Amino acid sequence: MNQTTAKAMRWLGRWLVLAAGILAWQEWAGWRRSAFFPPPSAIGARMYHLWFSGPVSHLALTSSAIGNILPSLARVAVGLGIAVAVGAPAGIAIGRSAAVSGYLDPLLHFGRSLPAVALVTVFIVLFKLGDQMEVAYIAFGTVWPILVNTIDGARTVDPLQVETARVFRLSAGQRLTKLIVPATMPKFFAGLRISLSLSLVLMVIAELTGSTDGIGYLMNNASNSYEMTEVWAGIVLLGVLGYALNAALLGVEHHVLAWHRGARRLTN
Amino acid sequence: MAMSDEAGSSRARRVGGLAWVRGLVGVVTFLLMAEVLSVAGVISRSALPPISTVLGQAVLLLGNTQFLGDLAATIEAWAVGLAITVAVGVPLGLVLGSVPGVRSATRAVVEFLRPIPPVALIPLVALVVGPGLRMNLTLIVYAAIWPVLFNTIYGLDDVDPVAKQTLRAFGFGPFEVTRRVCLPAAAPFIATGIRVASSIALIVSIAIGILTGRIDGNGIGAFISDANTAGNINPVLAAALWAGVLGLALNALLLWAERRVLPWHHAYLDEAEAAR
Repeated sequence: MNQTTAKAMRWLGRWLVLAAGILAWQEWAGWRRSAFFPPPSAIGARMYHLWFSGPVSHLALTSSAIGNILPSLARVAVGLGIAVAVGAPAGIAIGRSAAVSGYLDPLLHFGRSLPAVALVTVFIVLFKLGDQMEVAYIAFGTVWPILVNTIDGARTVDPLQVETARVFRLSAGQRLTKLIVPATMPKFFAGLRISLSLSLVLMVIAELTGSTDGIGYLMNNASNSYEMTEVWAGIVLLGVLGYALNAALLGVEHHVLAWHRGARRLTN
Repeated sequence: MAMSDEAGSSRARRVGGLAWVRGLVGVVTFLLMAEVLSVAGVISRSALPPISTVLGQAVLLLGNTQFLGDLAATIEAWAVGLAITVAVGVPLGLVLGSVPGVRSATRAVVEFLRPIPPVALIPLVALVVGPGLRMNLTLIVYAAIWPVLFNTIYGLDDVDPVAKQTLRAFGFGPFEVTRRVCLPAAAPFIATGIRVASSIALIVSIAIGILTGRIDGNGIGAFISDANTAGNINPVLAAALWAGVLGLALNALLLWAERRVLPWHHAYLDEAEAAR
């Protein structure tokens, strides 16, 4: 009981600090009246007006939210989905074979260090402007952390466990699903978390460069017309989305890796 | 270790040689395949030039004074940005990690700030601090500080409490305890954080150049932006290639520095690697 109370107190304290920070900003902005730092109340009101004052039938989303926020999220989801669908199986295959990883190591190192940001125009030429290009761009940029981490995880599966599985005559398929995939999961999730935050960056870059909708497109418009409150609305929206997506991923990870924490606790 | 040291090192050398050969075979095969696909017309030439053209262009860039100037400017932005990041991030991490309460209190603020993509802040920062190197550095530090900050905090979690207590018992103050025990113990974590921050710093500085062009100063990003405007895909790919090489080189440089500064840590790591 005591521990729960302490936890709740810490949680409350954390949000109180955030609230106090926002309040201080509000006071400061009211006093300074800086054009660059509008008060949080104005940003919140603008966000509500722009995106969340729609009809109840659309979950209060306005047409701007449906036409810009949802496409952005869909691009991130599909792009990341492709990166996982390619990176995770390829990573396990490469990580489990010393020969294959030997052949591919330098290429992978180089591919990972290639800045995806520099290649946005190449993707525009290859895929033309539009959803396809943005999804391909996000997938290309986010596949590397997933791939490299999965390779690392698959490579470092405990050899003793692999031998044990062989001794017990588990088939190759069983070894894969019962030992190698679960043992790779912690590293895979570490890579996926990097890729998730990367996907938001790539989404914004793709939408700033060539798009007719999306959060990045809205922010571009806002900054071109010096609408600082709207720029801030976009920044806050991205912060909240990033926080929510990360929290959702942590939730999934917590669920999937429950066994892992259990095993760690046993050895500690 | 069951193996004698001599046998171990000769085996390591053989494995190292094999890795080299395999890596080379992989790279050559990839280049040949890319070239064949392009020449055979599977990949449209107008969209993606053959890899030989890109490599040729990359070599030509080394004689291009504009590109070399841009390369130097990118390295400068990287170095200054990373230096500020470390100078701010490590002390901040030490405070957040060692003063109880501060860390959990600031967590919500940090968790909201961290996911904001640095490129989304370009319009704001450009208006507030003005375009140029100052904006570049502001965004680099904002983007790169998180891994340094978090790794410093995680590193402090790993400090042996007995060592801290011992020093305290001998009458050392909190500053001395931090300097003599906490900082050395957290150093390997901090070093890893700095390497992650280094690649972020490089990518952010290039991204700003690409998105805003030469108004924010010279750099590989500005070079790519110029080539984009001119509609030349070849220099874009060649410059991206060099950016990749630069990333690898800077990472290798930091790893080398890490080995010099933290030899004890690497001796331990190598032993763990050999035992595996």
